[in-house]
Order: sequence, then structure tokens, then C-alpha cells
Amino acid sequence: MVPERRQRILLPVRVSWIVGSFAAALLLNFVPWQPVGLAPDFVALALAFWCLRQPRLVGLGAGWLLGLLTDAGSGVLLGQHALAYSLLAFSAITLSRRVLWFSVWGQALHVAALLLVAQGVALAVRLAAGADFPGWMLIVSPLLGAALWPVVSFVLLAPQRRPIEVDETRPI
Amino acid sequence: MEHTPPPFFKRGPAPLVRLAFFASLSVALLVLDARFRYADGLRQALMLAAQPLQEFAALPGELAGRIAGYFSSQTQLQDENAALRRQLVEASLSVQRLQAALAGSEQLRRLAGAAERRGDRGTAAEILYSARDPYARRVIIDRGTQHGVRAGSPVVDEIGVVGQVTRTYSGASEVTLLVDKDQAIPVQVARNGLRAVAFGSGVSGMLELRFMAANAEIEAGDRLVTSGLDGVYPPGLAVASVTRIERDAANSFARILCQPAAGVERGRFVLVLSAEARAAPYPEEATTGSERDTRTGKVRRARKKAADGA
Repeated sequence: MVPERRQRILLPVRVSWIVGSFAAALLLNFVPWQPVGLAPDFVALALAFWCLRQPRLVGLGAGWLLGLLTDAGSGVLLGQHALAYSLLAFSAITLSRRVLWFSVWGQALHVAALLLVAQGVALAVRLAAGADFPGWMLIVSPLLGAALWPVVSFVLLAPQRRPIEVDETRPI
Repeated sequence: MEHTPPPFFKRGPAPLVRLAFFASLSVALLVLDARFRYADGLRQALMLAAQPLQEFAALPGELAGRIAGYFSSQTQLQDENAALRRQLVEASLSVQRLQAALAGSEQLRRLAGAAERRGDRGTAAEILYSARDPYARRVIIDRGTQHGVRAGSPVVDEIGVVGQVTRTYSGASEVTLLVDKDQAIPVQVARNGLRAVAFGSGVSGMLELRFMAANAEIEAGDRLVTSGLDGVYPPGLAVASVTRIERDAANSFARILCQPAAGVERGRFVLVLSAEARAAPYPEEATTGSERDTRTGKVRRARKKAADGA
């Protein structure tokens, strides 16, 4: 099967760009967004993106490490995000052959499912540790994250879209 | 899409195996952290990596706060100033009364031979933001171990108890609010001295007195203050006021809901008290009331007896 829309041939990705994007996502996650729990999880979004695009470069190990950093940084149980992100990375890698055939909003739907699964894992961990169910506003953050998917995929793919010969008259 | 040759050869372990590995690693960490608190070293090491990012991420908010503060209007400041002056006058009046009362009670206590309680020292701190964890009620304050804040210290504001420091970093610490589900505080009804323990009730933002008999002498509107029995919170701080009591014949315990007194979820400035306001040591022999031993050595054995006797 061939996708009906045109696709560009992308440049190979640079590892430094992947690392930088994860650092930026961690930074965005540590920004104290004020309605607590409503802000999208940028690390999960970046992880889903790279697991879908580069399943051989970014995988469960990266997800687990990022999860540990998020856990320590936000002062929650150590391992909560690590578990959620490893599951997220696994499902993203499993879906990676399928998702990229869809249009960008179709991809966003898949990503919404992935992020909801990650949030569900975190919820299960906290409920098992004895916390109360904090309310249905929990699903807002994954849905917001999925709504950001077109922006995220545009920004994160931008360096790979550059032409090889740099033309001074072109803006990008 | 990227066109790479099909990955027939070098793939490493199957994804499912990796998932099992990392998931079991995470679960092991979770259990270690939640049950045994063994993971604190690892947490400190990870914090070293996460802290620069965290501080950098907090910058825009701080900057916005400063800019907003710079442009806050003159009249607002004047109003606030006037209100503060009024409060100061009122407070100084009550401070005078308090000092007189303190002097009186100090004398009485010395007469009774009780240990003199040391004055409470504290560190003023500003609440930076609520922790990014929708499951718990915690805030981050801008004072940490380098300012002398230690885990376990009580945190108060100008009205009453706000919570307790649960985790400290070098330049910040995490305060668990009274209303958090895992937080408990020993209290006393100010009217008649009835002792109880107030538990946070999580989402609703209220406190709950558990295990109080259905016929306990407590009524709506009663003020609750810290009893100081735990040696963490100094006695006499305002905690909450009782708002609703449900006495159900089917249960042997009453259901008592209280509204926290302090601005637990409002306010910006708090005071971290030093956690050294320890309770008076238990007497060595709980049965002989006349002799008092102030050595801290053999109190463990006596504690059980004292608890039974109480």
C-alpha cells in the first residue's frame, strides 16, 4: 500500500537533536503550569514521537530513564513515570509501522490512545499506593497532548526537512 | 518515512522481553520506594541531573511575578499598607496579652517543675508552586537544606498550621499540606481539651477526625489546636474548625469534618518552624509519678507503658 498524499524524503536524524528535544521536553514538564494536572505531558509526547519515527534509535531504555528523571524531578514515587513511559514506548514501537500511514490527525488519534494508556498506568500505580482518584480531569492532559501532535511533529521533523544544498533565497 | 534496510540482523532482545525487563525494574523500584524508602540515594542522584532543568524552568514564572509586582498600582500598595498597619496594631495588642499570659504560664510551669519550652524559631519561605502531581496535595517552597530546613518540620502561616516538610532539596523543599490524604496531625479541641487526630481527606480540601466516639463532646464550630503530643508540632497552633458532625446510630464513630483554619491552599508566605520542639521525654517508670528523669536514654521501653496508660 502506498499513501495517497505526497511524502518528502527526509534527511537522516541527528542524535543530538533527539537528545536536545528530550531535554526541552523535560524542561517544559518542570515548568509549574498552574492548573495542576491539566498541562500536557511533553516528555510523553516527545517519547511517543521518537518511538514512532525512530523505533530503532529510541526505545524502552530511553523511556525508562526519562521516566526516572521525571519521577525524581516532580517528587512522586520513583518508578511511576518509568513504568508508564516504558509501556508507552513499547506500544509506540509496536504501532510505529501502522501509525505513519495516517494523516496527521489520524496519527493524533493514535497518540491520544497512547498517552491515555500512559496516564492510566500512572493512575493504577498511584491507586495501588493508596491515593484517591483525583477526578476525571485526568484525561484532559493526554487529550491536550494529542491535540498538540501536529505542532510537535512539525517542529521535531523540521531539521530533517532541510534541503541538502542550502539555497540562500529559501527561508528554511 | 525513512527508508532503511529491513532490520533482519541486529535487533537485540525482542521488544516484549525488553518491556518485561523495564516494567519489572520499575515495579521493583516502586515497591522499594513506597514500602521501604530505600530509593532515596538514587532519587538524590537523579535530582542532581533534574535540578538545573527545574530551576531553569521556574525562571519564567518568577520573572512574570516580578514584572507584575513592579507594575502593581500605587493605590493597591497603599490599601495593603493601611490594612497591614491595622493588623499590626491589633496583633501588637494580642502580643502584649500573650506575653503577659506567657509570663504567667512560664512561672506556673517553673513552679510545677516542668521543663521550660524553648522559643520556636522559624524560617520564612515563599510558596513557589504546587507540585506537579495531581494525586497529592503538595507545594514547593523556596527554602531548602542550605537554609536549614529539615524534613519533618512543621509549616505554619499567620493563622495556623499549613502542613509539614516532607522532602528537602538544596534550595527548595516540598511541603505536604494538611489536606493531603496521607497527612495526620494530633489536635485538641480548644474548648474542652478533648484530644483527637485529624486526617486529611484528599480531594475535598477538608480534614476529618477519625475514631471519635459517637457521643464525644464536640460540636460544630469548635476550634481545633495542635496538642503537641507528637513532638513535631508545637502545642497551641490553630489547625481547623469543626464544620459538620454526623452522628449515625449504625456506626460507633462519629463522622466529623473540619475546615482548615490557615490558608492551606491560599497565601504565598509561610513559616517553617524548626523541628526541634520535641515533646518532653517520657518518664522512666510510668507508674511512679513523683520522680522525673530527663535523660533521653531509656525512653523507648517506657513509651509503650505510657501509651497504654494514656
